[in-house]
Amino acid sequence: MRPPRGLWLLLLVAPAILWLGCLVVLPHVEIAILSLSERIAPRVYAFGFANYREFFLEPLYWRTFARTAVLSILVTALTLGLAFPVALFIARAARGRTKSILFLFCLIPFWVSELVRTLGWMILLRETGVVSAFLQKLGLASGPVELLYNDGAVVLGLVYGGLLFMVVPLVNALDSLDPSLVEAGYDLGGSRATVLSRIVIPHAMPGIVAGSVVVFMLTVGNFATPVLLGGKNGLWFTEQIYAQFITRFNWPQGSAFGFLLLALSSAIVWVGLKLSGQSLGRTLRQG
Amino acid sequence: MESAPDLDLTSVSKRFDDHLAVDDVSFVVSPGEFFSILGPSGCGKTTLVRMIAGFEEPSAGEIRIRGRSVLGVPANRRPCNMVFQSLALFPMMSVGENIAYGLRCHGVGKAEAAERTGRMLDRVGLPGFADRSVATLSGGQRQRVAIARCLVLEPTLVLLDEPLGALDLKLREQMKLELKEIQATFNTSFVYITHDQSEALVMSDRVAVMNAGRFEQVGPPRELYHHPATRFVAGFVGETNQWTGEVLAPAFGSAAVRLPSGSVIEGMGTVDGHRAASFVRPEAIALATDPAGLPDLPNRFAGRVSAVLFDGANSSLLIDAPDLGTPLRAALPQAGPLAGIAVGTAVVAGWTPEATRIFPA
Repeated sequence: MRPPRGLWLLLLVAPAILWLGCLVVLPHVEIAILSLSERIAPRVYAFGFANYREFFLEPLYWRTFARTAVLSILVTALTLGLAFPVALFIARAARGRTKSILFLFCLIPFWVSELVRTLGWMILLRETGVVSAFLQKLGLASGPVELLYNDGAVVLGLVYGGLLFMVVPLVNALDSLDPSLVEAGYDLGGSRATVLSRIVIPHAMPGIVAGSVVVFMLTVGNFATPVLLGGKNGLWFTEQIYAQFITRFNWPQGSAFGFLLLALSSAIVWVGLKLSGQSLGRTLRQG
Repeated sequence: MESAPDLDLTSVSKRFDDHLAVDDVSFVVSPGEFFSILGPSGCGKTTLVRMIAGFEEPSAGEIRIRGRSVLGVPANRRPCNMVFQSLALFPMMSVGENIAYGLRCHGVGKAEAAERTGRMLDRVGLPGFADRSVATLSGGQRQRVAIARCLVLEPTLVLLDEPLGALDLKLREQMKLELKEIQATFNTSFVYITHDQSEALVMSDRVAVMNAGRFEQVGPPRELYHHPATRFVAGFVGETNQWTGEVLAPAFGSAAVRLPSGSVIEGMGTVDGHRAASFVRPEAIALATDPAGLPDLPNRFAGRVSAVLFDGANSSLLIDAPDLGTPLRAALPQAGPLAGIAVGTAVVAGWTPEATRIFPA
């Protein structure tokens, strides 16, 4: 006798359910409970919102939080601005072999771990690094220049890390654009700007949103890049979470921060989707 | 000033690496003319029309629209618009936005663009479609939107790149007439490219037959059909029978071909080599069941009906005649003594030398 259809379906989705359940839902339930427990005496905890109250009362926390949000939006926008022409070139101008080679070039840096890539930027940007030495040799700088440990370095590193995740969905989206649509756009009298804004970008919108969502999420949750390139000026919100969990051993506080970060990125992604008129389902299909 | 033709190409060539896609093509399209370029795929007709539209630059030659050279003028500044093979309607815009797009690009104000769009939709028989999404349109409606999108700009010239290719047969027949009608009411010059001879013959004032980058013949549809200038045109335009053989006694204006079987076909044409091909249309062939029938036709062959290919008015018969080698295709008689002729019937087929074209092979 054949087992009922429902059983097959259950078996098929079981790994996904286990995966989501054990690695996403369970920890979040645990974190939610933890974040709502106040320490009233050593080793004594009670239900309360003190951890969330602490966040709003301590300016360092919410400033870091706001700073992370603003810089992440900036990084996403810069990544999009940089990736769009690249994707446009790969999708529209390059043909056959050239196309796959260019795509591979985008992929190669990702064979190396993120940490090593970030160290690469450090070698380039530090006081005794390549760029500094080059500037001195050219006579553009009189002494060693420190290019690390500022917001610029953090943004640079994050944009670099996000590029591939933006290029891939954009290439996918632009690849499916019928070349005759672009030609028709010009034929009917459109300028480059008109064709781009009325035909190419609207067509690529699902890819733009998919790439932006992924890059934004990765950026907000990034840890190594802001720490290494920003140093103590990095002030990324993930560092606060790390500090609470590891340095201060204050798990309830760290949990509250974790939840706030989740709320932040969800809210910004939601606003972004609303503004671009895209639905999450459509975006996911494209990405 | 004498009014210049709408389109004037002089010795236009296009070379891609070592392949000559368009080879020294010249032609003129007068105002209001429906001009078709007919050729098999890969003959260079698409390249030719893309050069007129401004998507390719010719390697040599001159293209003038209303007397003004358009060489070096980008596609968006040429007074001609194109209907693409895929139609290329913008899926991200409504029907009205598709039509207003060009007007807005040309600096027409929003209100005026909307008004002209509305009027254009009325004229192509799609009133009230402005807010419809492109995806909800039927094949024929999409076609009309694609043409309306061009015509609303009042171009000197509309280029059409096999726009009927994607439609089913019935709709294609209907759109042929509709296109011709639209062209006549707007009195805009159309340059239509197609590989479908029936489209070209039905709609055009003049047709250019293109092969391997060159124009073989330019003329009205009837002339192409009845007086093909080259062997390619004779074989490509319309249904035809073709036999190749040796040239026999060439005389001025007329010639005869001896087939491998030894029988001789007499026809019209000037040949100088010693191989030639003879062509005769299926409808030019007379049939009789009596072996002594058709006594006054020099080209006369006895055979047997091997197949009846019924296709309404285009029905034909295949006749196996031992002296001809390949089967002969003749129009199926649907009235008179031979109506209802069946497979296996012994017949005599004959035709005049005047109906036979002979070209060097």
